[in-house]
Amino acid sequence: MTELPKGDFTLRAPAALNDPTLRANFRRAMDGLMTKRAAQFTDKEAWTALRERGAAAKARVVARLPELLEQLEANCTANGIQVHWAETTAQANDIVLTILQRHNVRTVIKGKSMVSEEMELNHHLQAHGIQAVESDLGEYIIQLAGEAPSHIVMPCIHKNKAEIAALFEENIEGLGYTEDVDALTAAARAEMRKAFAAADAGISGVNFAVAETGTLVLVENEGNGRLSTTLPPVHIAVMGIEKLAEKLKDLPSLLSLLPRSATGQHITTYVNMITHPRRDGELDGPHEVHLLLLDSGRSRVHADPELRDTLRCIRCGACMNHCPVYSRVGGHTYKFVYPGPIGKILSPQLEGLDCAGDQPHASTLCNACVEVCPVKIPIADILVRLRSEASHPSDSPAVKGAGSRANWRESWGWKGWATVYSIPWLYALAGFMATRFGNLMPASLGPLKAWTSVRAKPRFAAKTLHELAKEKGYCDE
Amino acid sequence: MSNATAKANILGRLRAAPRTQPPPRPDWTPPVFGEQKIARFRTMLESVHGEVVETTQGAWSADLRRLLDERGVGKLLYGPASGLSDRLRQDCGPLLMAYDRPVEVLKDSLVHQAEAGVTSCRAAVAETGSLVLWPTAAEPRLMSLLPPLHVAVLPASRLFDNLAALMEAENWAAEMPTNALLISGPSKTADIEQTLAYGVHGPKALLVLLLTDA
Amino acid sequence: MTASAQTTSAQPKPTRVYYFGTCVIDLFYPGAGLAGMELLRRHGIKVVFPPDQSCCGQPARNSGFFDEARAVALRQMQAFPGTDPIVVPSGSCAGMMKTHYPQLFEGRPEHAQAIAFSRRVHELTAFLVNVLEVTLEDKGQPVSVTWHGSCHSMREMGVVDEPKALLRQLSNVTLVENPREKECCGFGGTFAVRQPEVSAAMVKDKIEALESTQTAKVVSGDCGCLMNITGAMEKAGSKMSGQHIAEFLLERTHD
Repeated sequence: MTELPKGDFTLRAPAALNDPTLRANFRRAMDGLMTKRAAQFTDKEAWTALRERGAAAKARVVARLPELLEQLEANCTANGIQVHWAETTAQANDIVLTILQRHNVRTVIKGKSMVSEEMELNHHLQAHGIQAVESDLGEYIIQLAGEAPSHIVMPCIHKNKAEIAALFEENIEGLGYTEDVDALTAAARAEMRKAFAAADAGISGVNFAVAETGTLVLVENEGNGRLSTTLPPVHIAVMGIEKLAEKLKDLPSLLSLLPRSATGQHITTYVNMITHPRRDGELDGPHEVHLLLLDSGRSRVHADPELRDTLRCIRCGACMNHCPVYSRVGGHTYKFVYPGPIGKILSPQLEGLDCAGDQPHASTLCNACVEVCPVKIPIADILVRLRSEASHPSDSPAVKGAGSRANWRESWGWKGWATVYSIPWLYALAGFMATRFGNLMPASLGPLKAWTSVRAKPRFAAKTLHELAKEKGYCDE
Repeated sequence: MSNATAKANILGRLRAAPRTQPPPRPDWTPPVFGEQKIARFRTMLESVHGEVVETTQGAWSADLRRLLDERGVGKLLYGPASGLSDRLRQDCGPLLMAYDRPVEVLKDSLVHQAEAGVTSCRAAVAETGSLVLWPTAAEPRLMSLLPPLHVAVLPASRLFDNLAALMEAENWAAEMPTNALLISGPSKTADIEQTLAYGVHGPKALLVLLLTDA
Repeated sequence: MTASAQTTSAQPKPTRVYYFGTCVIDLFYPGAGLAGMELLRRHGIKVVFPPDQSCCGQPARNSGFFDEARAVALRQMQAFPGTDPIVVPSGSCAGMMKTHYPQLFEGRPEHAQAIAFSRRVHELTAFLVNVLEVTLEDKGQPVSVTWHGSCHSMREMGVVDEPKALLRQLSNVTLVENPREKECCGFGGTFAVRQPEVSAAMVKDKIEALESTQTAKVVSGDCGCLMNITGAMEKAGSKMSGQHIAEFLLERTHD
């Protein structure tokens, strides 16, 4: 075994692990979310049938992606929704900025969108003199704190009441310090009302874009999504190219899976389906609706028949809620926009194995995520595949940065291991040496050092099972 | 780089990928409730602090007036051209505030003065306790969103077991409206230490007048 | 992918099985390996331990070294010819052979062989309960224990209730459930050395959960987990010990 180069995740993890407040906040939050989800899916048969349906719906999208995107564009366009395509986040930012500048927008009200985090959109707009105000309460809180979200559904899950109360006291005039949740919520509502009324444009994400009808489906609990997409005169929806539903009839199963998997709710307070901008005679709604389709590495993920299952994700967050690693280190340790198990398979593919190559290894392959994924993404298998890609260079790499973690010590180590383990007499000899002399190895040597920092040194037995089995006559046919 | 180039590049890459067979949609039956439809609807809505008041075609507007008086609601936003308007004018006259001009003109009064908004419903879903609204020119989108109280008038015959049944029975796929909404309670959040709080940005209260004989 | 732990009971009970010891047991816990074979033998089964076996290949596969994993997997398949069941005293090794061997050889000439092989694999406790339908008579002194089910046993092999069913058959054994039972102990093979701090945090929480049961011993079907858990317990000066279920059952049911 060898000293592998430490990636960002590995370097950031210890700080999170040693932060008792962070640990406590995440433990409490994840336990709660797991319990709530479990209460939704007590009927195993019903869960299985629903999940099969949802997984098939998203698998169909991935399999038919190019034609469905064309169908979506055609229908949206016929509906009056303007469709834009961006290969990179830089292009996406330019497109959004152009639209906003055309309308002399000064303030944008934003609904929650992980894709906009990928784009670092707020930062880009700020640099061009446009203020983007986050309207989702969780996003608003972290915007006040100047932090990134730590969970894809509950962005400020890493913060407790006291921390939030302090933030509000500091930033909301006249509020004072209170930990009363209703008071804090009312204060946020009042602040947001001003922002909603003043905003010149609204930007949102998309949960499902229905190709069949050219409809954008957004789910939320607070009402800020509806406000952001109804009150301002311009609405820009940004989405990854994979966030489609093929047909309207796929929505019931997907809507039955998403909120229940995410927060244990039967349904979100609002399901908002947008098909047209304001039409003649209507009194409200935006005059212009734009849909921005972002690639940013997804088409490369799509190119590999095994890895493309990553694109089924409906961003429920169940995987990270159940992940024993995520619940101990929190979302910020993952550095990139998407944390937890989905992050561990998506970030290396979007950012490259050279940047995020240690993330696929940040897993015991316990399969807790696999068990709860509502669209049956084979996360554990993809993690292993990415581990393989990272350590094997290729002439036509399937993943950005393939081979960037290749090192000759590891490669030769496994070759040697394979040799010993596939030649019976060599294996027997190795076993003999290990049992007779292995206990002499000092605890401070190589990989043993990491092990023995928390555990007693493993003790080799006096004889191998092979030897004992033979002695007892089990080797005779 | 032009939008057309980006589109061509993206679709080109997607088309160049190996084709995998799209799987068939397996059978899936969402739950049905038979005689228990109304009970289910009520249970679900009440579990998220929604309120259901049973009334009749003949009595609903008077009942509404009484409920609004009890809550001290003095300004009720309504759509003058909606199917509810005659009855509202009859029983809630002094409270009424008309949403009859574009939001750009009415924004201030919508945001700051309307204390309640009353809309009809296109349908409802029992499984999830959801109202289905297709806002129109007569009953615009913001009516069910801006005022702190949303009152919805729902004929019991428009209650469906589940969303799939509704979508199929009424062939939504043939033509979708500008905006279709599922509303399943007053607005809420659990972002602050996972503690539920109601009335974040949308209405703080949702009151459904269920017309049992309609 | 979960493989059902149930074997169709329409089939007659086998009289002869192969035994795959696993490399962790081979080097560190041979007593557990022997105990498993002995348990089967005392229930009237002829147990054969092919000497050419070594390791299921999981360490290489999980590290992304598929060619090396395949080389070793092929040798295992060759070491267990015929059609007799292959019983494995480890959920994670059984899971590797049952769910990942077919995957490893997909699109290759050995694919059919791998599928046929995988169908013969049984985790030990599932075999005892579902195929042999053993009844156990407890001859030991009263003791309370808690059970640790490994992630792969539970999630790849679908073995959740069988080990507890065996323990509950023992009249003088009190089985105490531990909190957050389904959460990983933090071993994860090379994870323990690649992410030592996270692994340490996980095993620390696990031993706290196990100790909260105030039982004498944690029993497990997976020696990788045991090495992790008992190693941490020892370092922390815990009074709890750990034992493989095969050894525990053998001790309890025989004089």
